[in-house]
Amino acid sequence: MDIPASIREDFPILRQRVNGRPLVYLDSAATSQKPRQVIEALVRFYEEYNANVHRGVYSIAERATTEYEAARARVAGFIGADGPEELIFTRNVTEALNLVAQAWGRAHIGAGDEILVTEMEHHSNLVPWQLLAQEREARLRHIPFDATGRLVLDGLDRLITDRTKIVSLVHVSNTFGTVNPVAEIARAAHARGALVVVDGAQSTPHRPVNVQALGVDFFGFTGHKMLGPMGIGGLWGRRALLEEMAPFLGGGEMISDVWLDRATWNELPWKYEAGTPNVADAIGLGAAVDYLERIGMDAVAAHEREITAYALERLGEIPGLHILGPGLEDRGGVVSFLIDGVHPHDVAQVLDTEGVCIRAGHHCTKPLHRKLGIGASARASFYVYTVKGEIDVLARGLLRTRELFSVAR
Amino acid sequence: MSLDDLYREVILDHYSHPRNKGTVDPADIVREGANPLCGDEIRVSLRLRDGLVEDVRFDGKGCSISQASASMMTELIKGKRVEEAERLIGALKAMMHGEDLIEGLGDLEALQGVRKFPVRVKCATLGWITLEQALAELASR
Repeated sequence: MDIPASIREDFPILRQRVNGRPLVYLDSAATSQKPRQVIEALVRFYEEYNANVHRGVYSIAERATTEYEAARARVAGFIGADGPEELIFTRNVTEALNLVAQAWGRAHIGAGDEILVTEMEHHSNLVPWQLLAQEREARLRHIPFDATGRLVLDGLDRLITDRTKIVSLVHVSNTFGTVNPVAEIARAAHARGALVVVDGAQSTPHRPVNVQALGVDFFGFTGHKMLGPMGIGGLWGRRALLEEMAPFLGGGEMISDVWLDRATWNELPWKYEAGTPNVADAIGLGAAVDYLERIGMDAVAAHEREITAYALERLGEIPGLHILGPGLEDRGGVVSFLIDGVHPHDVAQVLDTEGVCIRAGHHCTKPLHRKLGIGASARASFYVYTVKGEIDVLARGLLRTRELFSVAR
Repeated sequence: MSLDDLYREVILDHYSHPRNKGTVDPADIVREGANPLCGDEIRVSLRLRDGLVEDVRFDGKGCSISQASASMMTELIKGKRVEEAERLIGALKAMMHGEDLIEGLGDLEALQGVRKFPVRVKCATLGWITLEQALAELASR
């Protein structure tokens, strides 16, 4: 079941040296690296059967359409959808969440209605609801988090009211790494008649996800964080909801028939895919899903748990280093931290000279950082290709950072 | 690329012992600046008297480069004429965008190394651009 270190040979980018050191890529929460199987799928599309889908009668167009729809079926199966019609290709999670806010939200949210999110949301699961709430004069409410980066669910009964129409939350926090109890929150939301939307950007790549078992209504994810290309992601939605909703964007492909003054809509899922889709990258995402399924998502999760445990241990030994978020039990492969007296930017800068890539900044969770009273944090995040030796390089680099800045104290 | 180019001792000194940190009270103007990319925030406050910068202070959260640069800035422009402060802002910006350093900028020379790290140029200019906006607002009153 263990993932062998030889898996790294599948990732051409990891072979290089940066600043004279082997590349240590610890920013997979921002974007993952791509195995050659995915890169080859892209090259194959452009070299062998680049054609527009759902149109041509010629052979390569047929092949493009077949491969595009086969990728959809694989991705749909990967997250436990009840058929490929429930899987809409989007650019990313941001577009998936905006689709729900616009297509469902604008039709169902009225003045005085409530939208419930959490305080740990990425801006992509916050701003679309702010826009909707402002337009519809609805109220945006927030589930708070505690000092350990876990959601405070004691007051959930009061936060979800009869006016709550949508509860939208992140599955795994991109900053704390917290794995949120989505199924539990979904049950509470459904008991009051609210829909549940999930930002699965950081969960889908790293653990088995089954949207039916989670019991949610919409689930967004993005391909580039799960070994796939940038610019392709997806929205899963319950079929009945997708059928009832009006389209998001209008244009070609999403229509059934068009007159000068009106149009009728295509079937699912194409009703929500206006314009020429991102065919190559969808096929690339299909290849990424194949790759992950060959490893097995249980093995992926187990590997990251081992790496995360080791990282928590090694970083915990560094004096003046403070780890944000919960313990290993409730955490995905993300470790954000602060070092006394050294700004996260400076931490990342020093690490770069060691070939180590980490993220420094607010990770698009400004309200989370504001609540903690900080402007930024440093973040290391892991994936299938991360090995313990890289955590050692990180720990050594952090000690060197402290040394360099010790003259500054 | 050497880290020593970036983290010169004088920069680390300004970072750990910032000069003129705080808020001028009373101030003629208080102006806030931010780098939305990294979340760095700065507040520059100043008071003029007879065309001179009588007092200038900065406050905020940020990396060593943004904080040290702002600290050097307050040290350099305090007591100078407004026109001279504006000239120095121009000189710093020009230097950060690749032009040669004008003589007599003292500690500021240490910031030259930042140019080798393009992402950090915005850190070095944050305080200065905020000061520039403050002076422009005062001039327009």
